[in-house]
Amino acid sequence: MLGLGACNLEVDMNRLIELLFHQGVLDEQFMQLQHLQDESSPNFVYEVVTLYFRESEKLLRNLRALLYECTDYKKMGIHLNQMMGSSSSIVVKHVQNISVRLYFRPQSSNWIGCIQSLEVLEHEYFYLKNKLHEFLQIEQQRVIAAGVRYHPLLQQ
Amino acid sequence: MIVDEKRGVMGRESRPRDQFPVGMRVLAVDDDPTCLKVLENLLMKCQYHVTTTNQAITALKMLREDKDKFDMVISDVHMPDMDGFKLLELVGLEMDLPVIMLSANSDTKVVMKGITHGACDYLLKPVRIEELKNIWQHVIRRRKIEARDHNNSDNGEDYARAQLSSSETGQGPVGGAFCDRNGKLIRKRKDQDDEDEDDCEENAHDNDDPSSQKKPRVVWSVDLHGKFVRAVNQLGIEKAVPKKILDLMNVEGLTRENVASHLQKYRLFLKRLSAVASQQANLVAALRGREHSYLPMASLDGFRNYHAMPGTGQLPALTPFQSNGLLGRLNSPTGIGLHRIAPSGIAPISHSYENPSVPVNDLRKLQGISIPGNQNGNLLHGVPTSLELDQLQQNKTVQKASNHIAGGLSSCGIANGTGNSFSTVTNNPLLVQASDMHAKSVGFGNPLNSNPFDMGLGESTHLPDPTRCNNTWPAAVPSDRNSSNTTHMSIRCNNDDVSNSSNMRNNIPPIISHVDGNSHDVLSSNVVAPPLHDPLMQSSIQFQTRSLCGDMPMSVVEDSKLLNFSRSGNSRQHWQGQKQDHHNSNLILSSSSNASLLDLHTNGPFAEGQSLKDGFCDKKMEMFMNHSTNFGASYAAQPHKMNNHSSDIQPKYKDGYMMEAQKFQGSFNSNTSNSLLDVVIKPDLADAAFMDGDLGCDMYSLGACM
Repeated sequence: MLGLGACNLEVDMNRLIELLFHQGVLDEQFMQLQHLQDESSPNFVYEVVTLYFRESEKLLRNLRALLYECTDYKKMGIHLNQMMGSSSSIVVKHVQNISVRLYFRPQSSNWIGCIQSLEVLEHEYFYLKNKLHEFLQIEQQRVIAAGVRYHPLLQQ
Repeated sequence: MIVDEKRGVMGRESRPRDQFPVGMRVLAVDDDPTCLKVLENLLMKCQYHVTTTNQAITALKMLREDKDKFDMVISDVHMPDMDGFKLLELVGLEMDLPVIMLSANSDTKVVMKGITHGACDYLLKPVRIEELKNIWQHVIRRRKIEARDHNNSDNGEDYARAQLSSSETGQGPVGGAFCDRNGKLIRKRKDQDDEDEDDCEENAHDNDDPSSQKKPRVVWSVDLHGKFVRAVNQLGIEKAVPKKILDLMNVEGLTRENVASHLQKYRLFLKRLSAVASQQANLVAALRGREHSYLPMASLDGFRNYHAMPGTGQLPALTPFQSNGLLGRLNSPTGIGLHRIAPSGIAPISHSYENPSVPVNDLRKLQGISIPGNQNGNLLHGVPTSLELDQLQQNKTVQKASNHIAGGLSSCGIANGTGNSFSTVTNNPLLVQASDMHAKSVGFGNPLNSNPFDMGLGESTHLPDPTRCNNTWPAAVPSDRNSSNTTHMSIRCNNDDVSNSSNMRNNIPPIISHVDGNSHDVLSSNVVAPPLHDPLMQSSIQFQTRSLCGDMPMSVVEDSKLLNFSRSGNSRQHWQGQKQDHHNSNLILSSSSNASLLDLHTNGPFAEGQSLKDGFCDKKMEMFMNHSTNFGASYAAQPHKMNNHSSDIQPKYKDGYMMEAQKFQGSFNSNTSNSLLDVVIKPDLADAAFMDGDLGCDMYSLGACM
């Protein structure tokens, strides 16, 4: 049963990833991330993704503050750059693209446009976050299940 | 040393060499923890030893602790505590490690910036493992180049030295030294022929190029140039060779190549001076006959005669001033010993100056001089052109050029006064220096010509377009009247500076004082601070000029590219032009911003001032200059004068300055501050870093004011 569970989980996980790929939220860089995960860093993906969440939320908050309060485009640019960078590392293409768009927007000094872009960015980000959360959960369950499955005693 | 190092390196590598690039030690710097973590893992996947930090300052510390700890550095471009490019420069300069830049921004300009700052490679995020697998090649390549260059340059230099010392003396010790250092080197040296020297120079230069790309260019400040000239004098102009000069100067961070190119320019300058001198002599004779009124300008007193001059409508008031200034400088107690240069001749010179525009225009003036038909102008004509050429050539030349100009001007003045003295002047390196200063002063003085000094800054209308102060001297000249004003001011500030600082400066003040609204008053003292009639304008102007004068012994920056080199030159130039252009605005701004400026100036009450305080002048001006002028002179270079003040001033300055910034669009280019000083002083100017960041490091070309 446990093994099945693990399998199921894995299947679910894969399906989720596929979906995200299909939607263009993730891309191959994510695969690389997964490849990086091995015995030496078993929780690599998890750690990175959580880190990413933390940082991105901080960035988004800053962006919002900047845009609404002081509209300091330069600082925004810096933040966005960071966002772009980290997103791309995780390979969240979608978010990255939007970040890029937002990055170049200030140059046209269109505040409303910036706000809108920011909204879109946030929306995408949160969508991604949800999905990745789900993914991580499945992953964790799978690991547990797999671990259990590979328990010598349970090995049949 | 070299051998040891090599062996050490080899030794270190010999083990890992088999497995290299496995085990390569990389330092990764990135403020984004996500990226950092991913990068770390990627690098570990490539089997490198990774150390990570999210702070550039920490990274630098680690690197400085042990220069051999790492083989390579990977750094992000945008970091909060320090700009990635700055880190890049520093690492390249201090530790000479290959640095790879990382960024999500793929903008060509940014990439170009990275490469010009000496990055080995520029990777885009997201980083792929395939790309990381190849970064070790940079390490190997660099090691090879270094080894080759060490050999070549050492050999070449030794060889050159041997040649210079002509006999055994060079060979013996050199050989011995090299033996110890590197048996290979000795062998090479023996085998080398003349070509090697060139090759090695090229190699060294090539090698230096990547590093010089990282290294800031050497700014030949007054002090540095002074040392240089002293060294040259000591050795004798005939015998002065770069290696010896370098040793005598004993300046850290200065390479033989720097000295060599500077020496070349210097020699050209002297040649020109002598050419001008002879011309001057002729003119003087001619002038003497015509304008006796000017002749008697024995020192500053000659200035008085100038009152008459404006009346003549021929010579702009400035010219007399200029000459006076020259004289003043000559007579300045700085001990240049130019006393013998009678000012009398100056009058004619000034006379010939038609358009006393911006100091940079000195060259112009020279040319302009010819216009009125004065032959004096011709004398200078040659000089300015040569100067212009020089200036246009290289950044380093800028300073030289300014020297030239100064020399030219001074020579003009001198020649007019006393043909003989001119030759002496030219021959005297000190004079040259003084001349430089004079030239500058004169340049400043020029603008003073037609417009009555009383105009002071008020005559905004007369202010020439800042654009005039374009890169070329000729361009700078255009502002006659304005220039006068500006020079007026510059002179004024020069005075202040002069009193405080180097001899050069001292020379200037006399002019400045002349230039003052009262202008016609002869500068009786080289010391400073002639009372400014128009406090507001003057102060602002002085401020501006001061800044210009302050550290710019070599001002006269013409091209924007030149700006990078000579702080002073540029600032002066810019100021001239800018001042003129924005004269009105400046004045207004100045006055309105006086308060702010004053705030900025920790030194001291500018407003009160007609007496510009030294420190104030230096620092503020420099700051001001930096901001207002486009010259990219290293910001740090300035600080070395201002020392502590700079960092304090900067932030404030920046703010206060901003309002004028639009006009001046000073490009605070500390990032690209190429000056060696910048790097050397770097530790002290940690604060400066933020300025860079603030200014976005993009302000390379502010050129507008130019």
